[in-house]
Amino acid sequence: MTSIPMPEEGTLTTKPVVDETNYLKSAYGIKSWLLTQDHKRIAIMYMIGIGIAFLLGGLFALAVRLELWTPTKTIVEAATYNKLFTLHGAIMTFLVLVPSIPAILGNFVLPMMLGAKDVAFPKLNLLSFYLWLLGAIGFVVVLFAGDLDTGWTFYAPYSIRTQTAVALAATGAFILGFSSILTGLNFMVTIHKMRAKTMGWFRMPLLLWGLYATSVIQIVATPVIGITVGMLFLEKLFHIGFFDPKLGGDPVLFEHFFWFYSHPVVYVMILPAMGVISEIITAMSRKHIFGYTFIAFSSIAIALFGFLVWGHHMFVSGQSSLMSTIFSLLTFSVSIPSAIKVFNWLATMYKGSISLAPPMLFAMGFLFLFGIGGLTGLFLGTLNTDVHLHDTYFIVAHFHYTMMGSALIGLIGGLFFYWPKIFGRMYSHLLGTISFILIFVGFNLTFIPQFLMGSMGMPRRYYNYPPEFQAYHQWSTVGSFVLAAGLFTALWCFIHSLFRGEKAPDNPWGAVTLDWKTSSPPHHHNFDIVPPVTDPYDMDDVYWDEESKGYISRSQQAALQELAAGVSGTQEKNS
Amino acid sequence: MLHALTSIVAQQGSGGYKWMPERASSYAAEVDWAFNFVFWISVFFFALIVILTVVFAIKYRRRPGVEADNSITHNTKLEVFWSVVPLGLVIVIFWFGFSGFVDMRTFPKDAMVVKVHAKMWSWSFEYPNGVESTTLHVPLGQKVKLRMDSSDVLHSFWVPAFRVKQDVVPGRYTYLWFEAIKTGTFRVLCTEYCGTGHSTMLSAVEVQSPEAFKAWMAEESSGKNLSPVERGKKVFSLKGCAGCHTVTKDRKKLVGPGLYGIFGHEVTLAGGKKVLADENYLRESILDPNAKVVNGFPPIMSLIPLKDKELDGVIEYLKSLKD
Repeated sequence: MTSIPMPEEGTLTTKPVVDETNYLKSAYGIKSWLLTQDHKRIAIMYMIGIGIAFLLGGLFALAVRLELWTPTKTIVEAATYNKLFTLHGAIMTFLVLVPSIPAILGNFVLPMMLGAKDVAFPKLNLLSFYLWLLGAIGFVVVLFAGDLDTGWTFYAPYSIRTQTAVALAATGAFILGFSSILTGLNFMVTIHKMRAKTMGWFRMPLLLWGLYATSVIQIVATPVIGITVGMLFLEKLFHIGFFDPKLGGDPVLFEHFFWFYSHPVVYVMILPAMGVISEIITAMSRKHIFGYTFIAFSSIAIALFGFLVWGHHMFVSGQSSLMSTIFSLLTFSVSIPSAIKVFNWLATMYKGSISLAPPMLFAMGFLFLFGIGGLTGLFLGTLNTDVHLHDTYFIVAHFHYTMMGSALIGLIGGLFFYWPKIFGRMYSHLLGTISFILIFVGFNLTFIPQFLMGSMGMPRRYYNYPPEFQAYHQWSTVGSFVLAAGLFTALWCFIHSLFRGEKAPDNPWGAVTLDWKTSSPPHHHNFDIVPPVTDPYDMDDVYWDEESKGYISRSQQAALQELAAGVSGTQEKNS
Repeated sequence: MLHALTSIVAQQGSGGYKWMPERASSYAAEVDWAFNFVFWISVFFFALIVILTVVFAIKYRRRPGVEADNSITHNTKLEVFWSVVPLGLVIVIFWFGFSGFVDMRTFPKDAMVVKVHAKMWSWSFEYPNGVESTTLHVPLGQKVKLRMDSSDVLHSFWVPAFRVKQDVVPGRYTYLWFEAIKTGTFRVLCTEYCGTGHSTMLSAVEVQSPEAFKAWMAEESSGKNLSPVERGKKVFSLKGCAGCHTVTKDRKKLVGPGLYGIFGHEVTLAGGKKVLADENYLRESILDPNAKVVNGFPPIMSLIPLKDKELDGVIEYLKSLKD
């Protein structure tokens, strides 16, 4: 790496020093952030925004869990309870999980993984962020102005009859949809057009395959939710009669529209998480990923099959039995690529040299939680068991294992993995480990009781419940607070690192992908000189360097030496 | 809380934890069989994943001087193997679920048809001879087909002990059928979110011996000589008025105003206007619920069609609610 003189520590400077080799110091002032076109700074703005939304959604979840401490009223009235779980679901889905990994980690690493300076359309990227912010503000207004009590699913005709702010929330979801579409479009074009010259499709890191598959879903499915909430909006305002049977509409049509988007969107949450897990497991095991091609194509397969299974949300909705049968069969097809990934990750760990640093703990936690989330999906894809389990706490537990236990653990694991790259600081492994243990224990304590009570007969979205389920609810509530403690520990660990963390090496984990072959934090333009493209998992390319406490790439070093020799060669000729 | 945990553990000791409620319908056993089949397959794969994760994490933990074996990058045969085996398994799982589902969705010709009326937030049941009740009475061993409708939003009819569930959709009929194999009272719950009173939209199925059912039916259909107040009280309960209106002295507010002592008193309407709650006001509020809404309540009451005699009964009943 070229070295650029750094200001000595302790020197008093009246003006902050502009440092092009560090994107955090390449420009100063609030405008340099709010109007930035740097994908890395946009990623950090998303991180803060999504973090705040997550905190809000989490507080609603805790309020819901507190209310369920007793079978009747504990802290709030029924109407308030309905608003709490609606806002929890809507915020977590639309504001947190859908953007999460692509917007934060994807934005940060995607161009670097490709050896590019930025995404294809940096201004569009900034627009995506502001659309997200506008949508988020919309939801906050909903919160204070009218509330929302439809559940995050907005099912008609209840959503048409209710007095709450459905039209406003629909507008918010509509705007957020555009943010998602534009991000997907941006990523797709970037991956197609901006790979380093020698990077073929099969030399791309697996996270990029995950993000590419995600982009396909975002571009194809999101317009449908836009249309759906648009129709809901018009129905609410002008009583047109799409969905309300009183006006000649069909409520089941709304369910079809809704799930045509909302099922694929769970793959928008999980595919990038799977990509992150692929990166973490191979780097932390110091071993070449096992079965690159199968993992890459399984991402694409999940994205494609994911479009054909929405009807499994509707086995008891009144759709025809033949449709339900076809959807059940297709649903099982999605389980295969997921299974392939899990086996390939395990095979990657086989004969590895496994570090148990926080990112790997989260990756192993992912295997455990995704295992439960995926396998419990089998009960719900199976027709006759789903009839019993549909709309019970079994479902609630299942989708929290997949959406939170997997997608969100993937995000947190990914943050622990990329944190040194993003901020150039290491964090306390002890704090990271404690946060993992609390999150893992708290999560399972929250949701395992929900499986048990669900199959025994506890419906979801119940304010009052039969007293025999109280013990399960109480365990679940205790679990949710342990989980919250774990999440706050992780937050503390990150904040602590910013102020007290040791300086991070360029490549602390020994990953081979290009994003680790620049400084930590990266240059304003990502790379001084784009490193040579290698097999992204060829572990022989990197070796441990005791002096810098990090890994160094042989191919990159060789290229730099060659370049230096070339430069001095031309200098000699010139002289 | 601890007590419940010990009881869960105790259950585990005595023949395994029960995942499912008691079985009271003819196809409950089939559903439970499919559930257990999927359960043990899941246990196997989950154990495999967890054991391999833990064993590898320990056995191949990072040690100085020990390098990872980077000669292994893929093994197509192995990968095809672990793609095809799960594929075969899920096809088998699909088949069991499908055949069970076919049984649920194939309606017997000789079933007794009961009409189910769902609305926010109550259930009522109407038998072939016109008798109505708020809990579903069925004879043991008799195939029963439910024809369900909703007068407002989506609801869902669930009897956990029967393993049956079906959404009730406004604007169309939906159906389900079952044959009860056990006498007793079993819970009916609404499982499609339907607003403030969703979790109180409960009822029960009373499975009676054929003789007991006959006796109950005879009593229900004979007792026609009720006084108007008694008739009104019955209609009030059957039509689900109690889902939103209390009739107790404390005049507790639910979604709608409490009705105790309302007759003859002045009520304030939305907008501040005051009216006297006389017989005509009550009549109008039943026949055109959103014409004059009481201040502080949402205009969401749906029209409940009543026969003249029922309407008269309800008004007499409301008049009787006083000290």
